[in-house]
Amino acid sequence: MKLKSVKKPAFPWFGMDIGGTLVKLVYFEPKDITAEEEQEEVESLKSIRRYLTSNVAYGKTGVRDVHLELRELSMCGRTGTLHFIRFPTAAMHRFIQMGRDKNFSSLHTTLCATGGGAYKFESDFRTTADLELVKLDELDCLIHGLLYVDSVGFNGHPECYYFENPSDTQACVKQPCSLAHPFPMLLVNIGSGVSVLAVYSKDNYKRVTGTSLGGGTFLGLCCLLTGCETFEEALEMASKGDSTKVDKLVRDIYGGDYQRFGLQGSAVASSFGHMMSKERRDSISREDLARATLVTITNNIGSIARMCAVNEKIERVVFVGNFLRINTVSTKLLAYAMDFWSKGQLRALFLEHEGYFGAVGALLELLKASEDP
Amino acid sequence: MATYVEAVRGSHSMDKSITLPPDEIFRNLENAKRFAIDIGGSLTKLAYYSTVQHKVAKVRSFDHAAKQESDGEPLYEISVQEEITARLHFIKFENTYIETCLDFIKDHLVNTETKVIKATGGGAYKFKDLIEKKLKLKVDKEDEMSCLIKGCNFVLKNIPHEVFVYAKHGDSEFRFQNTHPDIFPYLLVNIGSGVSIVKVEAEDRFERIGGSSIGGGTFWGLGALLTKTKRFDELLQLASRGQHTSVDMLVKDIYGGAYGCLGLTGDLIASSFGKSATAEKEFSKEDMAKSLLHMISNDIGQLACLYARLHNLSRVYFGGFFIRGHPVTMHTITYSINYFTKGEVQALFLRHEGYLGAIGAFLKGAEEDNPNQYCWGENYAGSSGLLSVSPELNPMQRERSGTFDMLEMDRLERQLVNLPLLQDSSSYIPDTVDLTEDTLAREYWLCCFEEALDGVVKRAIASQKDQPEAAERAEKFRQKYRDKLQTLRHQPFAYGSLTVRSLLDTREHCLNEFNFPDPYSKIKQKENDLALKSYQRVLKTLEELSWEQRQIALVRGLLAGNVFDWGAKAVSDVLESDPEFGFEKAKQQLQDNSGMDIILGVFPFVRELLSRGTEVVLASNSGPALNDVTNGELQILTERIAAMDPAIHLSEDRLTLVQSGSSSPCLDLSRLDKVLATVVRERGTDLVVIEGMGRAIHTNYYAALSCESLKLAVIKNSWLADRLGGKIFSVVFKYEVPSIIQGHH
Repeated sequence: MKLKSVKKPAFPWFGMDIGGTLVKLVYFEPKDITAEEEQEEVESLKSIRRYLTSNVAYGKTGVRDVHLELRELSMCGRTGTLHFIRFPTAAMHRFIQMGRDKNFSSLHTTLCATGGGAYKFESDFRTTADLELVKLDELDCLIHGLLYVDSVGFNGHPECYYFENPSDTQACVKQPCSLAHPFPMLLVNIGSGVSVLAVYSKDNYKRVTGTSLGGGTFLGLCCLLTGCETFEEALEMASKGDSTKVDKLVRDIYGGDYQRFGLQGSAVASSFGHMMSKERRDSISREDLARATLVTITNNIGSIARMCAVNEKIERVVFVGNFLRINTVSTKLLAYAMDFWSKGQLRALFLEHEGYFGAVGALLELLKASEDP
Repeated sequence: MATYVEAVRGSHSMDKSITLPPDEIFRNLENAKRFAIDIGGSLTKLAYYSTVQHKVAKVRSFDHAAKQESDGEPLYEISVQEEITARLHFIKFENTYIETCLDFIKDHLVNTETKVIKATGGGAYKFKDLIEKKLKLKVDKEDEMSCLIKGCNFVLKNIPHEVFVYAKHGDSEFRFQNTHPDIFPYLLVNIGSGVSIVKVEAEDRFERIGGSSIGGGTFWGLGALLTKTKRFDELLQLASRGQHTSVDMLVKDIYGGAYGCLGLTGDLIASSFGKSATAEKEFSKEDMAKSLLHMISNDIGQLACLYARLHNLSRVYFGGFFIRGHPVTMHTITYSINYFTKGEVQALFLRHEGYLGAIGAFLKGAEEDNPNQYCWGENYAGSSGLLSVSPELNPMQRERSGTFDMLEMDRLERQLVNLPLLQDSSSYIPDTVDLTEDTLAREYWLCCFEEALDGVVKRAIASQKDQPEAAERAEKFRQKYRDKLQTLRHQPFAYGSLTVRSLLDTREHCLNEFNFPDPYSKIKQKENDLALKSYQRVLKTLEELSWEQRQIALVRGLLAGNVFDWGAKAVSDVLESDPEFGFEKAKQQLQDNSGMDIILGVFPFVRELLSRGTEVVLASNSGPALNDVTNGELQILTERIAAMDPAIHLSEDRLTLVQSGSSSPCLDLSRLDKVLATVVRERGTDLVVIEGMGRAIHTNYYAALSCESLKLAVIKNSWLADRLGGKIFSVVFKYEVPSIIQGHH
């Protein structure tokens, strides 16, 4: 659908990223509404604004990440707050129904969506809620959103951070930094699966590779192995477990370092390798299994990212995606893996708004289209 | 990462119930030395060097100066002598048999000065005490990875058709690759419990450039947790029955279809186990195992590709217990490599992958015997062949013979190299038809060799009339060769590409195995004798012809001689039934002219070349094969002809006799005697004449040489004649001028 060329798009301003597991929604709440404007505001619009901004949870599974909201943000001549909301893709149909119930289509707004779900659910939006989606490429949105959020900063603080002394668990600390000169960067987006992009400028990038071992794999395996049901639960267990009871380390095989090849005794030789033995299977906890799953997936992503960085000759590796949400085990492990295996050549960078860039990019597209003559 | 896997069967209960047949399993232990052992998670591989005493037929010229020739006196004498050759033995068996095997070895090991046994593999330390106690040998541990690489180099250099690509849905599952003259550099991806990626640049130069902890141990360990299935083999069987799409999140599950602009198809896995993040559904063991297999194979394939690209390597071999004899894993790895490199890199597998560690450990212990200085050849009679113990492929055989798998390699007496005149040695394929791919041809030839077996047995017995036990040995030969044919019917790929040449060579190996070194020596002697008597008459006839007529007559002579082929059943039937079938009849079959095999066919031709000033290098087999002339016989014949014909005389710059290095009725131009190659190069050979059905039709029919060549043969097989669109006893006369290769200016 071609976007209408109007001066400013009609409220509400949404950007949506419908992934394999999670839907990410950003909502711009204007704070500079004049009394006049408020009077003219239709009831349904008001109701949407109140519903979104006065709650932090929606239904059983929707969540607003209050700690991530960007305040006093100026967008397209308006000032307001950008809200970050997520809910499982499995709840998409309920969301669409809500759109119908709240008579969303009467607002004549444009709904910009990216992610695979923009395609998958397009006809549901149309038939159920009488809404036309503007489908946007997910990688374009990801990069644009990321660069934008980094440029506006996180309420006066940098959006980006890295870990100082990543190879030393005691001295490893999170340090804010700036992505002032971001290019070239290797962008590793860890959602249900993983995409690896080499980004040379805002509009010049290529998808280098991807892997199916991503956040979905971590959660899927954890559910099967431990009976847990949510990402939070899985991470909680992982934080308490010991993966060395599950994984076979170099020292378990060689008694120490494998010096011939410079492998440390503490390196994992075989993920889940101990689980080949029945005695070992009987002696581990669910927490150990969750931890091993997390470490396995994370290390593998680190290793692919590192190889891509070397092949593409890029030193800056930026990790994003919702797999990294509340997941310091993984972020620290990635920081360590980049640093250690590259002998300090590569640096892992992270962003506070991990999984929301696609949605932000979709919103930007809405605003940009409106600015065009 | 390391190949070591902890034995998972809780207790390693020793199975002592089996009895080992000494003729079949640990053979030639009497003179065995230089033991090496590689103990993995479930399989033990034992290696040793031994000598084999063989009967060989030798020819020796009578002292003709001392006595006048008389009728009935053969022109040379044949004697059967004992010859000692070196052989390498490799035996693979399950760890449960290790104690029985060690006892067996101890009991049969006599006259050995061996003091140490080289050991590698993760299990080496666990069984160290047992080995030392049983064998009274000191266990000397060797680094696993260096053994692996050493073994890999050895098989790549010495075993033709060692390497194959796997194509599950292809005409033949296994497509064997040419041995590349230069094996380096390559990447070896060893998938044990973890994965090691090793770059090998030279015999002793290699580096572990990377690896992954997600390997065979992950499949096994995680698989055991998810499916409560304990055994690796069973997990693979589960996986081969499963549907991964119920567990994995595919691109189409996210997009509703393909993600076109990135070229991601709908069926691509977006997130492994992505659908299992729910407590509401139960997943079947099969589906989870399949999903796990895909996840791990894809991941390894991806990493291998990233490393191959980074180091600019195109030859990537896969090994380790995850791969070993498992079509399922070979398929998923192949698929993954193909996907990630867009077809630019092929996943390569090795026939003897399971033996690499043992071979390497053995080589480390055998350095004083200089095994790397020699060329070695796979002995088809003593080797089990690919997948002989694969449970999924061959459950019957597994029941019958336990799980013993063998590889035997003979030390070749000669250094073998490429013919320098091959236009492109890396793309040269000796064999004309690959019977692994051509089902019709395969069925025909297997039947043909089976039918000919009676005749061969008879001939073998007849060649040793003076030995009463010859019949018994011949029967054993029959049994062995018939078993081989049977194996090849079910597993045509067992010894690499199945070809007429490999069928012939296997038969020669089996004959040798039962001490029938040269069943045709006496027939050859008689024929040579007869032919020699006609030599001058043939020459006289030829000399009376005009130049042009003579050229035609010479070629006919060459071809007529070629009819005398005991390998061709159509001919051997006639020859067996009609001992008087002579040269005159042969020429009638050709509806024309003159001469017998080498003496009446080749020598007049050679003589014509010599008389026009052409230098001639006459190459013949080093060892016996059917009734083909051997270099030893040819030496004597040439001397005898030279004595009656001044035009034939051996000299450095006129006529040279060289052995080909081959003992086969066929000819592999990439494995020729080094001396022959040197002579060819030094003398600037500009014409190659290849004669005979084995050498010019079954092999080398399509061989492209960098000089002019002449390939000629009589088709003595009606099926083949039909196939080539002619009649039996039709002639192939193929003169080829090399196509011009574009070179640098």
